[in-house]
Amino acid sequence: MAHFIDRRLNGKNKSSVNRQRFIRRNKAQIKRSVSDAVTDRSVTDIDTGEQITIPRKDLHEPFFHQGQGGVRERVHPGNDKFQRGDKIERPKSGGAGDGSGEGQASDTGEGSDEFSFEISRDEYLDLLFEDLELPNLEKKETTNIEDCKIVRAGYSSVGLPNNINIIRSLRKSQARRIALCASKRRELRVLEQRLSELLALSPNETNALEITQLEIDISALKKHIERVPFIDDFDLQFNNYIKQPNPSSQAVMFCLMDVSGSMDQATKDIAKRFYILLYLFLSRNYQKIEVVYIRHHTQAKEVDEQEFFYSQETGGTIVSSALKLMHSIQQSRYPAQQWNVYAAQASDGDNWSDDTPLCHQLLQQQILPNMRYFSYIEITNHSHQSLWDAYEKLTKTQPAFAIKHIKEVSDIYPVFRALFSKKTAR
Amino acid sequence: MNNPNRLDDGSEWTFDKLDSYHDKIKAIAQRYRLDTYPNQIEIITSEQMMDAYSSVGMPIGYSHWSYGKKFIQTQQGYHRGQMGLAYEIVINSNPCIAYLMEENSMTMQALVIAHACYGHNSFFKNNYLFTTWTDADSIIDYLVFAKQFIAQCEEKHGIEAVEDLLDSCHALMNLGVDRYKRPTKISIHDELMRQQEREEYLQSQVNDLWRTVPKPAPDDALIKQRFPSEPQENILYFIEKNAPLLLPWQREVMRIVRKISQYFYPQKQTQVMNEGWATFWHYTILNTLYDDGHVGEKFMLEFLHHHTNVVHQPAYNSPHYSGINPYALGFSMFIDIRRICEDPTEEDYHWFPDIAGSDWLDTLHFACKNFKDESFISQYLSPHLIRKMKLFSVTDDSDNDFVLVDSIHNETGYRAIRENLANQYNLSNLEPNIQIYDVQVDGDRSMTLRYYPHQSVPLGDSIEQMLKHLYRVWGFEVKLEQKNTDGEIETLATCPTRAKKS
Repeated sequence: MAHFIDRRLNGKNKSSVNRQRFIRRNKAQIKRSVSDAVTDRSVTDIDTGEQITIPRKDLHEPFFHQGQGGVRERVHPGNDKFQRGDKIERPKSGGAGDGSGEGQASDTGEGSDEFSFEISRDEYLDLLFEDLELPNLEKKETTNIEDCKIVRAGYSSVGLPNNINIIRSLRKSQARRIALCASKRRELRVLEQRLSELLALSPNETNALEITQLEIDISALKKHIERVPFIDDFDLQFNNYIKQPNPSSQAVMFCLMDVSGSMDQATKDIAKRFYILLYLFLSRNYQKIEVVYIRHHTQAKEVDEQEFFYSQETGGTIVSSALKLMHSIQQSRYPAQQWNVYAAQASDGDNWSDDTPLCHQLLQQQILPNMRYFSYIEITNHSHQSLWDAYEKLTKTQPAFAIKHIKEVSDIYPVFRALFSKKTAR
Repeated sequence: MNNPNRLDDGSEWTFDKLDSYHDKIKAIAQRYRLDTYPNQIEIITSEQMMDAYSSVGMPIGYSHWSYGKKFIQTQQGYHRGQMGLAYEIVINSNPCIAYLMEENSMTMQALVIAHACYGHNSFFKNNYLFTTWTDADSIIDYLVFAKQFIAQCEEKHGIEAVEDLLDSCHALMNLGVDRYKRPTKISIHDELMRQQEREEYLQSQVNDLWRTVPKPAPDDALIKQRFPSEPQENILYFIEKNAPLLLPWQREVMRIVRKISQYFYPQKQTQVMNEGWATFWHYTILNTLYDDGHVGEKFMLEFLHHHTNVVHQPAYNSPHYSGINPYALGFSMFIDIRRICEDPTEEDYHWFPDIAGSDWLDTLHFACKNFKDESFISQYLSPHLIRKMKLFSVTDDSDNDFVLVDSIHNETGYRAIRENLANQYNLSNLEPNIQIYDVQVDGDRSMTLRYYPHQSVPLGDSIEQMLKHLYRVWGFEVKLEQKNTDGEIETLATCPTRAKKS
């Protein structure tokens, strides 16, 4: 009558829908937590999950219940000292005297004011980058099919020895052998049976001749069968591979930063957070990402991450040096057919004023045509200088170019969102 | 001592062992005349147990964020080691579905099989509340229907709309049960249900509320008809049938929530009995298993360790005290009834003349069938048990700044303690008594609810939110009044809040 069922192999995430519902419902708060995290957390662990805290009252599921007050009768176990008529000071509410069964006890579970839980890295990033998209992505699909990958494509009768498919080859050889020998074998079986019948009878003159004849025939047939080779050239089958056009799914991200004397560590930190956001965002869209760090003052230099963020230089600023270096690196190492090229430039807006027209020209003529997106963020509390004005002009003609102004740490995420927000068709 | 009947008592379980233990347990249960639904025993992992937990033990449930919240809470509590998972979950269905966790040892599995598959199962099948109010045959089908229906609604009307409605329905869930009215027939096979639903919908078309065309009163002296003619306690039902603006799908969703609430209502009313009954039977069955030589001391020691944990009752002054443990109280009461039958004292003959010395099995089955917590305690709580548990009763009147011990475990206190303890399990004293008092049929359609305080206990602080939920489903102004002991009517809140009528 009893029936044992092993359910352990069934999916265990029956509640994941409900979890999604829960997150959806509290999205506003969770998003706030997430964007706080971008500014609060140290930059290195920015892509782990996140502890989300939601005020408990927002999760409250109300129901009518009895409140404090009135007359209550309660029965408790374990009387050790009381007599009838004893008066006891009222225990503080929620103390041991309260007993179970009161409506309030169960409505919040634990008593804390806040409900906190972990969201996974994926959920975190989903929320972080929700409604964002990579600008100009549609181009990639049409123009960027230069790269190929090799895929299996059935079998072929020609090929290299190391691609031999043994099973297929032997199957063919067997088929050929069956085809070539089947009739001979059938004949052979008939003759052999005849021979054994004759041998079973008592040997005499009349059938001795026939026996000899049969033996000759049989050995001829056997030889014939043996001559059919076990494997032949046309049995061979090879695994076939063809090249398939592969839409490029690699990106390179250029980080350009001004490291002249005017950029202090706080400003660089802001820039760094912005770069990390960009990196995370790109890494959700591309399988492979390379990052090139270029720092510049009057001269530009390609450096590693450590040096990029933490070394201090002095001197003036010539932005075009960095742009030139970026262009040459891109041309030599990251051809635009194979790489999706992104660049982010961070600066406090300082530039040698004679250099600005050159920057404008470089961007317009050489750099932007190869770019998916070039974003410039200016981190300053002062008024804009010539560089901003020149760049602003560019944004009017170049859809792949955007500039934004950041004043303090809390601006980073909104600015990032503004740069990458989904745009309706222009 | 090699007993051929001896079961393998290694602590690892296997399906073969489960089977052989189950056979023995079943045989013993039949010896004790436990009448059960067929058992369907499912082995699950702890994660699946958490899933089952968060959907209040229903094997299939519609999607709602509150279940997600519960799941996250359960998962956190479990991972941080603040709470263990229950050993079993059992579902009142036919066949009766019981979950065993794979982490448990063989002894635990045997305990759970005896507890859930024979204890709870027989209680579900025989207790009058369950047989009148729930339909074990169709509950799984109904849950499947509910899940599908709500998923369809989400597709048609959007997740948001369904979620809002469910929030409101869940808030009113406790007020969606018939407490006093007996159901005519609760069988809810789809066909029947749909037909009924159509009827009801047609009925609603001719309902008083729909008759909005003003008719000149033939006679002004005619007393205004009250609607509803009598106050209604099943608020969800009333709104489902009478709210003018609800769409058909919204009524159906309300009905689903109401049905599920009603399905769980008997469980709320029989917590002590149900757990006590199941605990009594796992204790009795496994002891019989030992007496018959099927298991050894090793098995029994582990079993008793778990069993004593389950029935542990901390005293009122213990830091672990959180009210009376229903397992402990129920178990002690059933054990006590057996004692009264088998080994009655002078006192028992005086207090329980009808059961003292009777056949214990008959008496126990009778008790299982015909009582709920409240009546069970007031019928069977014996002075012996009151003394053993050292029960005492305390009156807490908010007018005084002290609490008064009014009865203890002595001759003068037994009856009062028994009555107070029984009342403590009377749901109508615990849940606020709120009824729909009046609906302005030919006016602004506003609805008035009235709260009747029990022993002048006021309503908790959720009133405003609750009225918003009521307003959302009713669609017109909602007012909540309280009837005080002196007969005075006090308005607690209205929604939408508005200034004095101009």
